[in-house]
Amino acid sequence: MAELLKVQDLETQFRVREGIVHAVNGVSFSLKEGETLGIVGESGCGKSVTVMSMLRLIPSPPGKVVAGQAFYQGKDLLKMSDEEIRHVRGSQISMVFQDPMTSFNPVLTIGRQVAEPLEIHQGMSRKQAYERVADMLELVGIPKAKARLNDYPHQFSGGMRQRVMIAMSLVCNPSVLIADEPTTALDVTIQAQIVELVKELRDKLGMAIIWITHDLGVIAGLADRMAVMYGGYIIETAPVKSLYANPTHPYTLGLLNSLPRLDTDQYRRLESIDGLPPILMDKPTSCPFAPRCTFVREHCLQENPPLLETGPDHYAACWVDTKTGRERA
Amino acid sequence: MKTDNREILLSVRDLKKHFPITQGIIISKTIGAVHAVDGVSFDIHRGETLGLVGESGCGKSTTGRTILQLYRPTAGSVWYQGKDLAKLKSEELRAMRRQMQMIFQDPYASLNPRMTVGEIIGEPLVIHKLADKKQTQERVEHLLDLVGLNSRFANRFPHEFSGGQRQRIGVARALALQPELIVCDEPISALDVSIQAQVVNLLEDLQKEFGLTYLFIAHDLSMVRHISDRIAVMYLGIIVELTTRDELYENPLHPYTQALLSAVPIPDPVVEEKRQRIVLEGDVPSPVNPPSGCRFRTRCPLAIDICSVEKPEFREVKPDHFVACHVVN
Repeated sequence: MAELLKVQDLETQFRVREGIVHAVNGVSFSLKEGETLGIVGESGCGKSVTVMSMLRLIPSPPGKVVAGQAFYQGKDLLKMSDEEIRHVRGSQISMVFQDPMTSFNPVLTIGRQVAEPLEIHQGMSRKQAYERVADMLELVGIPKAKARLNDYPHQFSGGMRQRVMIAMSLVCNPSVLIADEPTTALDVTIQAQIVELVKELRDKLGMAIIWITHDLGVIAGLADRMAVMYGGYIIETAPVKSLYANPTHPYTLGLLNSLPRLDTDQYRRLESIDGLPPILMDKPTSCPFAPRCTFVREHCLQENPPLLETGPDHYAACWVDTKTGRERA
Repeated sequence: MKTDNREILLSVRDLKKHFPITQGIIISKTIGAVHAVDGVSFDIHRGETLGLVGESGCGKSTTGRTILQLYRPTAGSVWYQGKDLAKLKSEELRAMRRQMQMIFQDPYASLNPRMTVGEIIGEPLVIHKLADKKQTQERVEHLLDLVGLNSRFANRFPHEFSGGQRQRIGVARALALQPELIVCDEPISALDVSIQAQVVNLLEDLQKEFGLTYLFIAHDLSMVRHISDRIAVMYLGIIVELTTRDELYENPLHPYTQALLSAVPIPDPVVEEKRQRIVLEGDVPSPVNPPSGCRFRTRCPLAIDICSVEKPEFREVKPDHFVACHVVN
């Protein structure tokens, strides 16, 4: 499969009153056609900032992408003119946001908002666009879609609104869909509906997906490949089965052990990760996870580990082999 | 965690809480009611954790608050130590509240930003006139120690703490009066995954140490299973199923419980691949005009004619397993 998107050494900083926040500190990943990449991490780990930087959606000031490249079909998104990037956003790479309540304009009808990308990017007339929108809403499971084109966002429930949002992002047939915590604000039964819908649409339309989440459960049944982020770094990346079967970085290990699971019978005490996530006012010179890590060594405090290959196509940024407890050679 | 000791601490009988909907500013008249809690009955045994789960808007938090008389019930009774809390005058109620405390969901909104941590934790002692200044200070230090915070933090303000630490402060405040019952209203849903386990472990340790009884309200079924002895499932203002933890997860009888359980994602791609989901259609109906007969019939895959006519009785189908459904034998 051809490589669609390639991000290299991306670095983003925010200038605040207290100094500089190093939100993303050199992130690299790639996305193949039709592939689903899950980016997992807790609040403030830089997962949203990474994709926002890539699409140049970081408000500047205070934010700034200070280094790195993001190639989409061979062209660097970060060097494109405003005109070019606008053409890519929405028609080739589109985004679904977390909160279906606040990401629509409350005073415009759903039809207008979903049709907008078609009118802008594909030069369709309003009438043509509305027909396509009705088809699209039908596809994402809005009952009586045609009759609802003139409804306003508040007339839809949370789950329905998220369906409309997905329709809006897919209406121009993008090759990449970025979903930023699309189910976090929804109830579990509605979350299950949305996940099933996205799987179905992926099979039908064949787009690649970047799914950002903090929930290791949702993503397990969805992703082909995973990237775990901590403190502005990708600290582990692997094919999805390899990551869950052989979590290698102590942080990934800790996250998985801190989750209670519905499918195991015996009671076990949850293993918590002590301490707090880092405040990124200085760019870390040691491993950012070292203060909370149970495997910590002298080496971890001296040098920040790069991603090392620990298995077939499996990379982790850790000096210590968590299986043996010894330092990697 | 199992309790063989079946002494009943608190009994809730046919509890209802309706919130009026009014129209007009000067001459306001009631035009309807939100049936937030519409007749729930259950017992809480001494020393156990009763989990109360359901989706947003099902009335689980309202149930918790109505039990503590933070909302006065529309109808029904709450029996505690031979007294009906719903009929107590405010003076008597205040004395009773010493034994019943609450931990709130949002650790950012439930602590007064103008009070120091010491004042917040010590306030219950001051209000109930249980300790002089010096005793209060000692008790605050002891409580901080108990919840894993440094006792020197007593003079700091809430904004100096992270979400997980604030939730610990909330726990310390609830413990100040040495209560028997603590209502935990989604105490971990605002916290990051790695921090959730810290707070759950703390709650478990405290329960062991002081023999506390918890009503644990949550929407995360995996976490509820982890912490509870018995679990009640709510849907649109009523309890649809109530049984022991293991029975509920191994043998769920109500179609809503079954759907809810199947919607919970499991953090394991191999398991997720093989799972069959029961995906519910549509959304939860409005509690202003709940459906006639069985509340769940509009989304129920098993609904039959009688479901729209007659309310299913909440009955014990086998020892310790209650369910409200016409279809279940």
